[in-house]
Amino acid sequence: MSTFDWVIQLVYVVAASCFVLGLHLMNTPATARRGNQVSTGGMVAAIAATLAIVIHGGLITGTGWIVMIAGVLVGGAAGLYSARTVQMTAMPQLVSVFNAVGGGAAALVGIHDYMRAGSSVSATTSVTTLLDVIIGGVTFSGSIIAAGKLQGLITSAPVTFRGARVVNGLLAVIAVGFGAYLIAAPSAGLLTIVIVASLIFGVSMVMPIGGADMPVVISLLNAFTGTAVAMAGFVIGNWAMIIAGALVGASGGILTKLMADAMNRSIRNIIVGGFGTGDAAAAVAGPGGSVQSIAADDAAIQLAYASKVIIVPGYGLAAAQAQHEVAALAEVLESRGVDVSYAIHPVAGRMPGHMNVLLAEANVPYPLLKEMDEINPEFSRADVALVVGANDVTNPAARRAGTAISGMPILDVDHAKSIIVVKRSMGHGYAGIDNELYVDPKTSMYFADAKKALADMTSAVKTLVG
Amino acid sequence: MSYPALLVDVSIFVLSLWVGFEVISKVPATLHTPLMSAANSIHGIVLAGAMLIAVTAHDAVGYVIAFLAAAFAAMNVVGGYVVTGRMLKMFRRRPAVQAGTNPEAVTAARKVSAPGSGTAAANGSSRSGQTA
Repeated sequence: MSTFDWVIQLVYVVAASCFVLGLHLMNTPATARRGNQVSTGGMVAAIAATLAIVIHGGLITGTGWIVMIAGVLVGGAAGLYSARTVQMTAMPQLVSVFNAVGGGAAALVGIHDYMRAGSSVSATTSVTTLLDVIIGGVTFSGSIIAAGKLQGLITSAPVTFRGARVVNGLLAVIAVGFGAYLIAAPSAGLLTIVIVASLIFGVSMVMPIGGADMPVVISLLNAFTGTAVAMAGFVIGNWAMIIAGALVGASGGILTKLMADAMNRSIRNIIVGGFGTGDAAAAVAGPGGSVQSIAADDAAIQLAYASKVIIVPGYGLAAAQAQHEVAALAEVLESRGVDVSYAIHPVAGRMPGHMNVLLAEANVPYPLLKEMDEINPEFSRADVALVVGANDVTNPAARRAGTAISGMPILDVDHAKSIIVVKRSMGHGYAGIDNELYVDPKTSMYFADAKKALADMTSAVKTLVG
Repeated sequence: MSYPALLVDVSIFVLSLWVGFEVISKVPATLHTPLMSAANSIHGIVLAGAMLIAVTAHDAVGYVIAFLAAAFAAMNVVGGYVVTGRMLKMFRRRPAVQAGTNPEAVTAARKVSAPGSGTAAANGSSRSGQTA
């Protein structure tokens, strides 16, 4: 091993350490920015080392240079533009697109290596190449479908047909079966079949998954991308890619598990089951029991004279783009001396932690954003719980056995002294069941669009207190 | 010799997985979106792979694949880091101070205006005690 190789490998080790340190620094919001900078530094070092390999090897053709530089410029510009302009509500789509391109690039690395090596490829390399191509292919097409669903270009309702599972199973068998055969007898033609089967499998895997399950799907595809990149690292013998891919695989895996637990669903259930309805699922049905409604003035009186208010934002708030209005209301209340905090359920929003980003964008200080376990004991001390666009995660029925959401972790909103629910109608949440919170005698319903309701309440509080 | 090399690679992969589980399970839910975005930028390391395949590309198909891989990976890595930084910049301990407003004075005013609320005052003072 030459001195050059030594230096390169050491730089890769430093880069990998930067990735680990960067992720470690994300354990508090105060250090997270530094974490991102450390990680960026590691990435720059790794890419510089790779560039040194390319130059040092001296085997790259002129066209190779042009192709490489043009690709980096085009992709880099697209990435920069989308990262600068994306709305925070559209964050899940962007993450999905980055998953797609990352998985796609990993698959392409495997495909290229396979075609170049031809029949001289060793059995072990074949295994990792095929895993790379299959996982990368599934991630690429699956993430594009997920992004399309999140953006509303593809219906977010589950799309399924009779025999869909049979088709999915068949595709998996084709991809894995041909893949296994390829290990014994390498063939570019058969590799194409594996690629196509993987791409179709990605589509047919995500199409039946409903909008509500998106946090799980994005996390899972993130884990897939990481794994695909690690496999590409195996193929070309690059440690930095193996380590980075494994880190991302672990991250995606943890988030997938957390999201699935918070939704009371098993990962298998989400992938195989294909239920979980679309956004517009509002089967109007009145729950058994009387519902009290409330006007802006009365809600404002309750809020203004409370000493402790907990705001429970849900997906409805993000959908109505009302994060700035809720922050404005909280600010008015805080200036009155009301203790305001936010209770964030793990699946509030379209991806893990999404609601926190939306509220941070609306200038809400992060110490006010409380996680479920932290805030639940505080509800009994709250004078008012203001629920905006959250449904199933507040339903006390989850504590009983025998309901669709039994066992799901919920926010103990019903422990508050009084509850105001802002909601457009009595429609159901994703679970499709009545919310017992709404017929609680302590609960008042405020039927309006979240944005308008919050603005009205804010001005009512202002008028009330001068 | 390829088997021992593969074994080394597998060991690195498995140990990295454990490091990942260990480090990432300590990230608070508040930061899960930036975490996923940061993880996204880290898998942008696939750009290294994309650059390396450009070296061995010698025909039209190879060039097309190398171009696509480089473009995809560059989009991933650049976009990932920029958007993560953009998000993390929004996480503030205190609201951005408007011109002419002293945050300490606001906190003090809140304490006075909320005599009935011990928690509010306690929260306010503990928050003002921390540095932004």
